[in-house]
Amino acid sequence: MTDPDEELRVSKIRSGTVIDHIAAGQALNVLAILDIDGSGGEEVSVGMNVPSDRLGRKDVLKVEGRELSQAEVDVLSLIAPAATINIVREFDVVEKARVERPTVVRGILSCPNANCISTAGEPVESRFEVLEEAVRCGYCDELIREDLADHIAAD
Amino acid sequence: MRHDHLISARQLSRADVEAVLDRAAEFDAGERVDRTGDLLGLCFFEPSTRTKMSFDTAMKRLGGDTVDMGPVDSSSVKKGESLADTVRVVEGYADAIVLRHPSEGAATLASEFVDVPVINAGDGAGQHPTQTLLDLYTIRENAGLDDITVGIMGDLKYGRTVHSLAEALTEFDAGQHFISPESLRLPRNVRYDLHESGADVREHTGLETVLPELDVLYVTRIQRERFADENEYRQVAGEYRIDAGTLEAARDDLTVMHPLPRVDEIAADVDETDHAHYFDQAHNGVPVRMALLDRMLDRGDRR
Repeated sequence: MTDPDEELRVSKIRSGTVIDHIAAGQALNVLAILDIDGSGGEEVSVGMNVPSDRLGRKDVLKVEGRELSQAEVDVLSLIAPAATINIVREFDVVEKARVERPTVVRGILSCPNANCISTAGEPVESRFEVLEEAVRCGYCDELIREDLADHIAAD
Repeated sequence: MRHDHLISARQLSRADVEAVLDRAAEFDAGERVDRTGDLLGLCFFEPSTRTKMSFDTAMKRLGGDTVDMGPVDSSSVKKGESLADTVRVVEGYADAIVLRHPSEGAATLASEFVDVPVINAGDGAGQHPTQTLLDLYTIRENAGLDDITVGIMGDLKYGRTVHSLAEALTEFDAGQHFISPESLRLPRNVRYDLHESGADVREHTGLETVLPELDVLYVTRIQRERFADENEYRQVAGEYRIDAGTLEAARDDLTVMHPLPRVDEIAADVDETDHAHYFDQAHNGVPVRMALLDRMLDRGDRR
């Protein structure tokens, strides 16, 4: 807790979340998961393709005034499996965690099958089983293998 | 069965299938039970004659009765009611629900909102597990379920009976050949499941090469609406049509099946051959659904 990353020393945030070690180029997709497009006025710093010992290149995100829900972390883990999440309160990192690959992700993703009941206005959130190389809709069995970020629900 | 609901053929183990088929054979041989007072809710959001009549008949032959939500255009669905709401209402009327719906995943969703057993009678291009049970019953009666080679031909992409049958056959010692035009081959998720189950699966675009080794040929209808224009449809559908002449190259004991209704993919002259088993197959729907309902309603009683 007393040894924050170098980036944290460079530009601290007061309270919020620092997501580090995002696979290079995925920062904007992570923002999409968080439903942040700038229009909501959130204070966000984005570092893309910055040098990293562990990943070669990586993306970093700092979001003021926002902590992540479990559903957001779950989907995040699929597109940025090496990510670390630092929860910051009053300039201190109070919690630091690696993401874990979940067995199921709920909400956030939307099924690409236009004929799936989960996209038909029913009172349910989407549910995807996480397989080794894909995720699979818990309703219609549709597989999503690549470009997961394209299926982040837009709402 | 490991679940209170029957949603997908994937949930059926070999033991489950055999228990239902054995019980179906008892009903076929005249076994009677008295389920007076048990009510089955029929929720058909898509037109169906055969499946609905078959469930209705099966429930009544068990001594029980059915309540039918009627056609969609005269129900609350037309007023915009969600499926989740509809099934929660019907749950209050019936001891089990049979659901046919045009969207994939509808039966899974319904099962999450009710405590009575839900039986999937077809969800879009998804699954149709009760058809599979009667298909397996028919296969068992004619070819057995051990060391068989099954060819499945036609619209494998949208054919829910095909998806369910293929997945169920992985529980048995069956080689499977899939014969279809390229544009209607098995969907990726079904191929994934078949590979995961270690199934022996081969895909073909023509029947000729595999026909002589088949014990069972399961034919499905290729629908006009799957093609952009009439000419393409006619040309493609024509290649997946069989007649008595086609079957001369087949083994004498080949069993030809079809979930019906057929249009012209099996010529009428096949009906007169010993290969034709599709009408028996349709009749088998009643004892098989009796066995299934009897089992699932028992489970409901214990609740």
